[in-house]
Amino acid sequence: MNYLIQQASILGGEPVDVLIADGKIAQLGSIAAAGDAQVIDARNLVLLPGLVDTHTHLREPGREDAETVETGSQAAARGGYTAVHAMANSTPVADTAGVVEQVYELGRKAGWVDVRPVGAVTVGLAGKQLSEIGAMADSRAQVKMFSDDGICVWDPLLMRRALEYVKAFDGVIAQHAQEPRLTEGAQMNEGEVSAILGMPGWPAVAEESIIARDVLLAEHVGARLHVCHVSTAGSVEIIRWAKARGIQVTAEVTPHHLLLTDEKVRTYDPVFKVNPPLRREEDVMALRAGVADGTIDVIGTDHAPHPSEAKDCEWGAAAMGMTGLETALSIVQHTLVDTGLMGWAGVARITSQVPAQIGRVADQGRPIAIGEPANLVLVDPAARWIVDPAAMATKGRNSPFAGMELPGSVRATFFHGHATVLDGQLATPRTANA
Amino acid sequence: MKHLLSTADLTREEAIAILDIAEEMRESSTRAIKKLPALRGRTVVNLFFEDSTRTRISFEAAAKRLSADVINFSAKGSSVSKGESLKDTAQTLLAIGADAVVIRHPDSGAPARLAATDWIGLPIVNAGDGTHEHPTQALLDAFTLRRQVALRDGTSPAGRGLDGLKVAIVGDILHSRVARSNLWLLNTLGAEVTMVAPPTLLPFGAGSWPCAISYDLDAVIASGVDALMMLRVQGERMNAAYFPNPREYSRYWGLDDARLAQLDASGAETLIMHPGPMNRGLEISSAAADSPRSTVLDQVTNGVAVRMASLYMLLSGDLI
Repeated sequence: MNYLIQQASILGGEPVDVLIADGKIAQLGSIAAAGDAQVIDARNLVLLPGLVDTHTHLREPGREDAETVETGSQAAARGGYTAVHAMANSTPVADTAGVVEQVYELGRKAGWVDVRPVGAVTVGLAGKQLSEIGAMADSRAQVKMFSDDGICVWDPLLMRRALEYVKAFDGVIAQHAQEPRLTEGAQMNEGEVSAILGMPGWPAVAEESIIARDVLLAEHVGARLHVCHVSTAGSVEIIRWAKARGIQVTAEVTPHHLLLTDEKVRTYDPVFKVNPPLRREEDVMALRAGVADGTIDVIGTDHAPHPSEAKDCEWGAAAMGMTGLETALSIVQHTLVDTGLMGWAGVARITSQVPAQIGRVADQGRPIAIGEPANLVLVDPAARWIVDPAAMATKGRNSPFAGMELPGSVRATFFHGHATVLDGQLATPRTANA
Repeated sequence: MKHLLSTADLTREEAIAILDIAEEMRESSTRAIKKLPALRGRTVVNLFFEDSTRTRISFEAAAKRLSADVINFSAKGSSVSKGESLKDTAQTLLAIGADAVVIRHPDSGAPARLAATDWIGLPIVNAGDGTHEHPTQALLDAFTLRRQVALRDGTSPAGRGLDGLKVAIVGDILHSRVARSNLWLLNTLGAEVTMVAPPTLLPFGAGSWPCAISYDLDAVIASGVDALMMLRVQGERMNAAYFPNPREYSRYWGLDDARLAQLDASGAETLIMHPGPMNRGLEISSAAADSPRSTVLDQVTNGVAVRMASLYMLLSGDLI
């Protein structure tokens, strides 16, 4: 199917027509409706490159009760994504070519987005021995990002070796920055709220000390470091300093850390339990400023679906994590665009172009230009909607935004020219041989 | 009052009303027949996920003196050890026919969660949750203080707060649900609070609390306080590098014989309080625990009266 998108505002610019044919952007400008192309009225809609998530938990293999590659990638398409990086903490852990190829194949067969497996840095995420990084890089899954996400690569020598070793494969280490001793038993941000609630705190310094160490290691060995889910004002400052020194560091922030604070924990509702934890208002503002000035490079959802029993319990027994794929773009609009911190070109940069560059994902995050692959998303920035987790494509019902009214809705998503979302609804997957 | 979860939820009027009702309850417990018919036919469940003999017995005595039926559920040997969730356990109790749940739980916020969800819809009394709160302990401490001061001044405690009283809470503030509940209630009732502890046993973020903070117990005692609330120092803290060893802790933050002598020499009428169980020789010396200043056993007696008042207010429908 070919599509003629009429009067779309590319990256928020003047309205133009866009013809999608044979999976590519065939024409731009003023285009007459012709023949077989389905016409899409895109007046007042913004056209962006398809979103690329640097940080998604698809749970398969192992926890198909929480999410599958199929449902997770459907959620991604609904959120305007055309590629996601599937984190390695599955069961078994994605620490061999076999597992990453399995996830890659499941993604390809599902056909909703490019599923790019992330390989574990260490065998079994145990932090003892490097996993077969080369084999994963050279597998059909073409892994470029390696992470023990969920667990920090804490051993400084092992982290150094990992940073050095991935250079041979043009890889990047995505670090979950959490000093383990400083966060033993931690349940929430350590601060005024944790003092009142009597909850073991997760201090900012536990994140910042690891980031400080890792940027120095990355400088020392000349390697690429990606910092997952930056959550504190101090981390932003350290990364800003590192970038000024020319260190090859990129940083990610989640939508929830751009909006929610530890005040939410006063409800003791575990839907707000996440790692790293929700921080203070000052941190939220510093994170937004960090995105606006380029210190933080990308939005990563850290989409972490859980079965309901993992959240329908007391705080201490609950799992950490929240869903995010289907709300990410709305939160980005709400916190960064509607606040005047950036325009839609900036949104394209942080949600698509740079994430694709970090993960070395071909055909994603490309300019909207003739001849480019048609990985695109149409957004209605004027729409407002109430978040209803039960209406989502993800199996996870653990959205911290449930009941909130958010701006911006995804009207259509094109994955290599195939509409995975049309009229705001899931359409059809792209068949593997299409 | 729908639940009793945190003393921070209590207005001054509500807190004083509970204390006043507790006065009446205490009066009734001095009679030959201690039992009141107020909660006849109602069932109170003591849902204890943590070992506690004193608090459970106190709640049990309180409910029984109000003629309620009591079911004691302790996590040991129950299906909880087989992995049953709090939700399922609570719903089982509802199905058995409970009218109110008194819960102690190792997780901060578990009672609040039970109250906020649609799991059971019963009145919840927090009997201590993690390191969060223990509101009936704070109420019985306030009750004891108020009564002692009234005795000292030759007045009636009824209708009064704790205005102008100076109270020092000493010890492991970080892990103490008693300290947090007392902080809010003492403030609500008009007392001035000083927290005294080694810096390692004060929560990060306590700087925003409505109290003074000191590392120097001698200075606080010398400044003159109406009551010293000594907190229990738990054994596991000693292995976790919060302080070098028990002797050093006692030297700096224990109410030892030297400090007791200092109090006596100053002529101050300072009360010595402790929620129990005490570590004699660690946070409090035997001489201090057994001195005429000590209200330790009085607190236990008053605990029953305060818990009677709390259950009565939650279950009798006599809302304030």
